[in-house]
Amino acid sequence: MREASSYPLIRTDQLTKCYRAGRAEVHALRGVTLTIERGEYVALMGPSGSGKSTLMHLIGCLDSPTSGTCEINGQDIARLNDVELARLRNREIGFVFQTFNLLPRLSALANVQLPMIYAGTRPRERTRRARELLTLVGLEDRMTHKSNELSGGEMQRVAVARALANQPALLLADEPTGNLDTRTGQEMMALFDHLAEQGNTIIVVTHDAGVAGHARRIIRLRDGMVEAE
Amino acid sequence: MPFLDLLKLSLQTFRTHKMRSFLTALGIIIGVMTVIAIISLIQGMNQEVERQISSLGSNTIFVQKFAWGMGQIDFDEIGRRPDLTLADAEAIARLGSIAKVAPQRSRSVNRITYRGNKATGVEVTGATPSIAATANIKTEAGRFINSNDSLRKRAVCVIGGQVVDDLFPDDNPIGKRIDIEGKRFTIIGVLERKGSFMGQSQDNNIIIPLATFTKYFPLPRSRRGRVFRGISIQVMPRKGVPLDRAIDEIRELMRRRHGLGYDKPDDFGINTQDTLREMYQNLTRVAVIVMIAVAGISLLVGGIGIMNIMLVAVAERTREIGLRKALGATSRTVLWQFLLESVLLSVVGGLIGVGLGIGIAAIAGALIHMDAAAPFWVVLLGFGFAAGVGIFFGIYPASRAAKLNPIEALRYE
Ligand SMILES: Nc1ncnc2c1ncn2[C@@H]1O[C@H](COP(=O)(O)OP(=O)(O)OP(=O)(O)O)[C@@H](O)[C@H]1O
Ligand SMILES: [Mg+2]
Repeated sequence: MREASSYPLIRTDQLTKCYRAGRAEVHALRGVTLTIERGEYVALMGPSGSGKSTLMHLIGCLDSPTSGTCEINGQDIARLNDVELARLRNREIGFVFQTFNLLPRLSALANVQLPMIYAGTRPRERTRRARELLTLVGLEDRMTHKSNELSGGEMQRVAVARALANQPALLLADEPTGNLDTRTGQEMMALFDHLAEQGNTIIVVTHDAGVAGHARRIIRLRDGMVEAE
Repeated sequence: MPFLDLLKLSLQTFRTHKMRSFLTALGIIIGVMTVIAIISLIQGMNQEVERQISSLGSNTIFVQKFAWGMGQIDFDEIGRRPDLTLADAEAIARLGSIAKVAPQRSRSVNRITYRGNKATGVEVTGATPSIAATANIKTEAGRFINSNDSLRKRAVCVIGGQVVDDLFPDDNPIGKRIDIEGKRFTIIGVLERKGSFMGQSQDNNIIIPLATFTKYFPLPRSRRGRVFRGISIQVMPRKGVPLDRAIDEIRELMRRRHGLGYDKPDDFGINTQDTLREMYQNLTRVAVIVMIAVAGISLLVGGIGIMNIMLVAVAERTREIGLRKALGATSRTVLWQFLLESVLLSVVGGLIGVGLGIGIAAIAGALIHMDAAAPFWVVLLGFGFAAGVGIFFGIYPASRAAKLNPIEALRYE
């Protein structure tokens, strides 16, 4: 996917997502149409409940839309089969969940290695890279801690390290600095800036105007629709 | 994904979920263990009894005062029954369908000595040479009693292995003279050993000629002068004669000899191997049903235990599957991981259960002196059921979770 192509990296068309909560229907997304080119560094902003996470999940091939299409590299992801989707999630997309989603009983090191296991990386190489990444996010002395023995900020940094494991071309980070103090948050953003400079595509969800300032493009959502660019 | 990596993933689960893995395995272990132990014991008992029963000889008919395993016992009727006599035996011998007739009587003797050595509780049987054929008796050394011994009422005896052990720990018994209740008998042969049944030696016996027995050991008489115990008669039909026909002929003859009318029931018993087999089955039917029910219930309990643990873990495992898929696992990889995990757990638990079950059966069998044999089908059944339950409840929730998309699975409660 890194190779040049005439398609934009991400193109969504009238994307909607409707959740059914009991009797009530929640329209989390009401027709989002946007295009993100390769190498863009985008901040996704908007009030709580405006559908930011929902949009990220759809772009990250983790959920399916109620209607509309989401194309990655010109390919409608609704048409990909299980193996193709798994490959996409594994190699091309790094996802930082808002709620981290670490495997609780595994060590930080083991958690970071998970995507590499599914990529078929040799164990020695896996461990080396996981150490490298944890050092990069400042957790060199927390590698063998179980993930449920970590603080919120530490978990968040493990989640970022894990998202970077397979050097994805597209990094989707749902509030990666939400639990970090200013200094660690700035370090994290410096890391993102660096990745962006290397030509990776990054989408960051944030409430923090400072964080959004790092991005070269800001998309605002309100009530499940793109409000402004 | 390489198999080795999958295996490592599964093993990782055992390390991170020690308690859950242990409890699942425990369910399998208990189920398999109980089933194997119980059925092994039943089977061991059946085999033991069957060996005993078939040692009677499939073709031998036992004509006796009583039928084996008579349902209700009417003591009045039994008291009035005539004893069987030598004349009855001779009459049966004259029937066309009969090859061999062996009348016999026996008693338990507590005082048999040779020099300083003593044998007790020995069954002394007075018999004719034909008992060798009807009861399938073989001599290991020396010879069996013959018609000359009977004719001359010789004081000779053939002794069983237990008696040899008791009286002649390091001597050759042949030709020695032993003392049976004060009478001197010369040993002419040693019987082939039959081993023990339910812990009781079957070689603690002595056979002497019937005529000698009657002469030396007069049977106690009642005040009215009647002998308490008559003889019992072992009969072997001629080759090619069906057992049923021989039995019918004997029954008819005995009824005639006892002058029974058409409407009167038999006042004697004609028994065969099958009578004994039926009796044993009647005796043990309820016990066997209860034991099989217990085995079944423990399988069920084990199965429910496994199921519970697996179902409790479903939410956690569903989220785990969602995460693994989000990180790039294919549904197939995830399913293989869970399948492998369940199979490993079930196989290890099953093997431990089989080992414990066989062990328990062996110990219990040793305590009641019999070989508890675990038949292969029981091992397969117990193992298969427990493993089946373990694998099913391991893989079924996983296969459902694998069908969800990652976010749905991650949100699963
Ligand atoms: N599984 C679900 N079932 C029902 N409603 C849902 C579900 N997930 C999200 N929603 C609803 O959809 C809307 C958008 O949710 P979403 O998580 O995308 O918001 P968000 O913009 O990420 O908010 P925040 O900034 O608080 O993270 C919300 O109103 C939420 O209540
Ligand atoms: Mg959100």
